[in-house]
Amino acid sequence: MFPLTEENKHVAQLLLSTGTCPRCVYRFCGVDFHAPYKLPYKELLDELQKFLETEKDELILEVPNPPPKKIRLQELEDGIDGIDNLSQNGEGRVSVIEDGSIASKNSNLNVCNVCLGILQEFCEKEFIKKVCQKVEASGFEFTNLVFSVSFPPQLSVREHAAWLLVKQEMGKQSLSLGRNDIVQLKEAYKWITHPLFSEELGVPIDGKSLFEVSVVFAHPETVEDCHFLRTICPDCFKPAKNKQSVFTRMAVMKALNKIKEEDFRKQFPCPPNSPKAVCTVLEIECAHGAVFVAGRYNKYSRNLPQTPWIIDGERKLESSVEELISDHLLAVFKAESFNFSSSGREDVDVRTLGNGRPFAIELVNPHRVHFTSQEIKELQQKINNSSNKIQVRDLQLVTREAIGHMKEGEEEKTKSYSALIWTNKVIQKKDIEFLNGIKDLKIDQKTPLRVLHRRPLAVRTRIIHSMETCYVDEHHFHLYLKTQAGTYIKEFVHGDFGRTKPNIGSLMNVTADILELDVESVDVDWPPALDD
Amino acid sequence: MATEPAAAELTVPSLVDRYFTRWYKADVKGKPCEDHCILQHSNRICVITLAESHPVLQSGKTIKNISYQISTNCSRLQNKVSGKFKRGAQFLTELAPLCKIYCSDGEEYTVSSCVRGRLMEVNENILHKPSILQEKPSTEGYIAVVLPKFEESKSITEGLLTQKQYEEIVMKRMTAATATS
Repeated sequence: MFPLTEENKHVAQLLLSTGTCPRCVYRFCGVDFHAPYKLPYKELLDELQKFLETEKDELILEVPNPPPKKIRLQELEDGIDGIDNLSQNGEGRVSVIEDGSIASKNSNLNVCNVCLGILQEFCEKEFIKKVCQKVEASGFEFTNLVFSVSFPPQLSVREHAAWLLVKQEMGKQSLSLGRNDIVQLKEAYKWITHPLFSEELGVPIDGKSLFEVSVVFAHPETVEDCHFLRTICPDCFKPAKNKQSVFTRMAVMKALNKIKEEDFRKQFPCPPNSPKAVCTVLEIECAHGAVFVAGRYNKYSRNLPQTPWIIDGERKLESSVEELISDHLLAVFKAESFNFSSSGREDVDVRTLGNGRPFAIELVNPHRVHFTSQEIKELQQKINNSSNKIQVRDLQLVTREAIGHMKEGEEEKTKSYSALIWTNKVIQKKDIEFLNGIKDLKIDQKTPLRVLHRRPLAVRTRIIHSMETCYVDEHHFHLYLKTQAGTYIKEFVHGDFGRTKPNIGSLMNVTADILELDVESVDVDWPPALDD
Repeated sequence: MATEPAAAELTVPSLVDRYFTRWYKADVKGKPCEDHCILQHSNRICVITLAESHPVLQSGKTIKNISYQISTNCSRLQNKVSGKFKRGAQFLTELAPLCKIYCSDGEEYTVSSCVRGRLMEVNENILHKPSILQEKPSTEGYIAVVLPKFEESKSITEGLLTQKQYEEIVMKRMTAATATS
């Protein structure tokens, strides 16, 4: 059913004759249901012309001078940059003009003065197919997608001009036209393209999808259309460090809201003039939102850093905890990069025993995201088989929110350790027994000298909840401790030049040092334990 | 004298041995034997201490008082450092005074920084109990902690003596002393 009525005739005529495409005509006539926009371009044009023909014939012929045929063909081809030549297979789009006469058929080739081709060829099946080819070639695994499209800022200027024009025309008929009565370009574009994407790729469009297909359009020819706005509203266009151009969509929209109608009309033609070429496709990109994998790791090496240890481009120690775990995940998920975080960490020379330490890995832009729990189990096995320096357990996919649990653990939960202590003075069993009875000992730790170069200087009060000793010989004993999160154990033992008080040395009145340290447990009950 | 060291005390490398390099400055400010020992951590942080040969550490000396008020307007105790980049710290040059040590025999000694950098902290423990300075000069009895500029972390030691060079100087003093006496 044809969507326009008598009421719309004048406006439709005015727009079509000044170089506006049928779909934009519909938008300005307030056609707010999807079906009409989805019809093929030729059909839309014919229907519209038929509708208007019942008026005077001459009106339709007032098409502004179209450029000669040869140049137009070339420009249309150039205008479709980044996509394999659409027009080369000669489908429908480019119809050869037999004579140079200004016939209505020429509207076929005219680039719309409002949408610059967006609602002409760039919303039709051919173009969508090309985009989908790129999506499929990119190798992502996805079950739905979100489509994001970005238009050049000058489109808002043209839209504004067309609105003023139509508003004026409707005023003659004593009709009003609010900004919201017009269908937005992006909305109409999505009405048409979403079903085409779904059909071509076989998946639904979902606004919450993690897989994003984005298309960015530009129109170099009319880039300067926005510039006049700066003279009228200079404060909308303040240069910021990160922006390439001050004429962002937001800034242009802000200025258009501010500018007075008379001022606008003085500087910008209403109706907008017809451009020579359609928009160019600046980029077609696909990206998948990050996925998160969590687990717990044990560390059995006393020679392994948490993160790669590289100074001046030289690797000081082979490998690292995060690489030994993440490299496998990176490969299987086909991700671009990873971010490894854990609930605290241990020094190079400290082992992590017991249940292990919780960790989470953010896999950035993964190409593969669907894994069964069996597959994850196998991945865990693979990691464990590849190294005896670390072992992982409870490997599982988690959400971004889950990371919070882990970091909470870092600051709030208790940890337990076992340390091998050396004393300068000779000790007997009875000399260490008193330590067993000390509960909730408060200690003050200044930022240890060994981390002072990269941490602020401060005093931290921490609690040693309990201790247990195990005599070894005259100069050695094992110390088991349960402490508050964030306690520096080594400094509690040797005192760090007296900057941790009290310390084992001061409690026992000896000079004490720590020979070995192991993390026995990290008391965070996350991620959930899996039965293996 | 046995050539083999007695196994009675197995030398376990101390905290200082493991993480610090010892550098020395002898006769600081021209004052004989006022030797300082700078402990440089592998992360470039320097702990300023008195070397064993310093007069204050010799037997018979009693410390009466230690003061961080090095001039009418400057007290090292007022040093305030904030943030990761240690803003607000007092900047020290090699000859900057850190503290004054007053002994019961009337002698007064000034301890100098010996390295350029930002003052992190001075040791308040020795204010309350000066004997710590004499009992454990290399650890609990340290004077101050200085953070050199990143770019200067290697060059600051250029004007300082290695352990070996220091020991040679001390040796020379002893032989000179015995020669003249």
